[in-house]
Amino acid sequence: MNENQNNHGGSISNKTMELVTAFIILAFGSVVMWDSYRIGAGWGVDGPESGSFPFYVGLLIVISAIVTIVNAVRQSAEEAGEFVGMSELKMVMAVLIPTVIYVIAIDQIGIYVASSIFIAVFMVWQGKFSVLKSAVVAVAVNVFFFMMFEVWFKIPLPKGWLETQFGY
Amino acid sequence: MEELNALFNGFAVALTWQNVMYMFIGTILGVLIGTLPGLGGANGVAILLPLTFSMNPVSAIIMLSCIYWGALFGGAITSILFNIPGEPWSVATTFDGYPMAQKGQPGEALTAAFTSSFVGAFVAVLMITFLAPLVAKFALKFGPAEFFAVQLLTFCSFVGMSKEPPFKTIASMMIGFALASVGMDSVTGQLRLTFGSEELMRGFDFLIAVIGLFGLGEILLTMEEGLAFKGTEAKINAKVVFQTWAKLPKYWATYIRSSLIGCWMGVTPGGATPASFMSYGIAKKFTRNPDGFGKGELEGVVAPETAAHAAGTSALLPMLTLGIPGSPTAAVLLGGLLIWGLQPGPLLFVEKADFVWGLIASMYLGNIAGLIVVLTTVPYFAAILKIPFSIIAPVILVICAIGSYTVGNAMFDVYLMIIFGVIGYVFKKLNYPLAPLVLALVLGKMAEGSFRQALLTSQGEISVFWENGLVGGISALAILLLISPLLSKAMALIKGNKKAAA
Repeated sequence: MNENQNNHGGSISNKTMELVTAFIILAFGSVVMWDSYRIGAGWGVDGPESGSFPFYVGLLIVISAIVTIVNAVRQSAEEAGEFVGMSELKMVMAVLIPTVIYVIAIDQIGIYVASSIFIAVFMVWQGKFSVLKSAVVAVAVNVFFFMMFEVWFKIPLPKGWLETQFGY
Repeated sequence: MEELNALFNGFAVALTWQNVMYMFIGTILGVLIGTLPGLGGANGVAILLPLTFSMNPVSAIIMLSCIYWGALFGGAITSILFNIPGEPWSVATTFDGYPMAQKGQPGEALTAAFTSSFVGAFVAVLMITFLAPLVAKFALKFGPAEFFAVQLLTFCSFVGMSKEPPFKTIASMMIGFALASVGMDSVTGQLRLTFGSEELMRGFDFLIAVIGLFGLGEILLTMEEGLAFKGTEAKINAKVVFQTWAKLPKYWATYIRSSLIGCWMGVTPGGATPASFMSYGIAKKFTRNPDGFGKGELEGVVAPETAAHAAGTSALLPMLTLGIPGSPTAAVLLGGLLIWGLQPGPLLFVEKADFVWGLIASMYLGNIAGLIVVLTTVPYFAAILKIPFSIIAPVILVICAIGSYTVGNAMFDVYLMIIFGVIGYVFKKLNYPLAPLVLALVLGKMAEGSFRQALLTSQGEISVFWENGLVGGISALAILLLISPLLSKAMALIKGNKKAAA
């Protein structure tokens, strides 16, 4: 940790992240204003037009983003501290990227199979569990979810090839 | 005594064996949610909401509110045994709770925490019982302008009271409002901010935002810290419970103070966390033994827990009577009510009196159920925390995915949940508060609706928001709260100058 704080090459600073976030918010606010203006943000024949409320909401977003940008620019990078070190970022990505792949997989092979693979892979890779142990936990958890949603509460979830074999 | 009559009718509604069963299931689920990282009151209730769609509304809301009580109780377990606050309002509980556990008194600390939670919640429910009908009756006079003023008050108090930078609070809140307006405009039927996308036409469901922001976002944060639980064994038995109960009555003054602070702060949004800190600070100031604070003083557990639960419970008062939730979890409960076609607000007390009083009665019963459940099952829940994070994390992520799919049966929502998760992670690290975003997303359509109606009746005169004493008073209070941080800064400056002059 201490090493990381001295070594600025190995981390993303708060200042950078603050600016990036504020600019994204600024862009978001501008889009909201622009689209609201397009559909009319004034006073129509029957009261305020559809765009008027979101238009001012967008305006407030833009203003607060600008204030945040100004504040961030005035602050020195050292004062702001670090947003995330590389080692921590790696840990975060180790969760985020598999999760994204998992969600894409739900679309393709159904939620129960995708979840089983996801839990098992995560356990082997991050927890250093044996393959057998991981597979047992993953399948058990998903059989429980299957019973809970499809059988007891009758809430259908995305299913794939395997479930159709059981007649679902 | 009209209220007492209604309340007894409520007990009759709530006390069927089915509802009592749901109460216990709800509390157990709630404690489970409260102890697991990445699942808290708000997203836990959001994920479990679809499961209740097949129940009747009374049972469903009883189970959901019991999940909420359970989550409030559960937060204390992780704070005391593992020094990990399960919820933001449990942070103050760690100050003395964790040292007590380390000194070998985890049972006493837990008993004190649970009992104090119970007392705080009980006082708040008493307040709701007698105050809610009055507020509802008063609010029947409200027109659109008054409703908008009350909503303005809610949002201004967020900006004024939050610890986060005010402009970040505003940004987060307005993003919520902007997202709420995506989709079809209910007044003119015009499509807004959809950019021709069919997926966006449905608009953003706040449940998805809650699951992503608080669920996935929290997991990402926890992952970064490389979680390693170093907990104490939870030893609790009947002897310890009764010994602790014998000690508690001497803190009666702390109980009264903390309950009052909690009730007062809970009615204003986001109140539970500041209430717990405030109550801790005041208890420290008034106690005979200030040096013991922070080293494992029983009173240091009693004060924040009482206030946090009083606040968490009284957050339901504005939700029921005005339709304005005081916390993200109350917002999710409100979303549940809307799904069953129950519009919270003053009319609910007139039109669905059975339901309202059934719910209030279930608050009494649910808290008793909660106390019993936590006192008897703590060791099991503590054992759950011993399960390695590499199993817990993927399972919770699967639950988040299932939860966001079931809200609207759409894969698009699951992708959205991930985006919200990333936003939640970044926002949390940069001190953008998340609660205003969620509340604005929930209240956005309502706030906009009352704003437009008010302007319609006045033909576009903005002065409709201060045309009479009632609406003017609320608006003025809102502005006052908005600028209160500026005022206190100015006061400090004036004081400083005086000192310098003297």
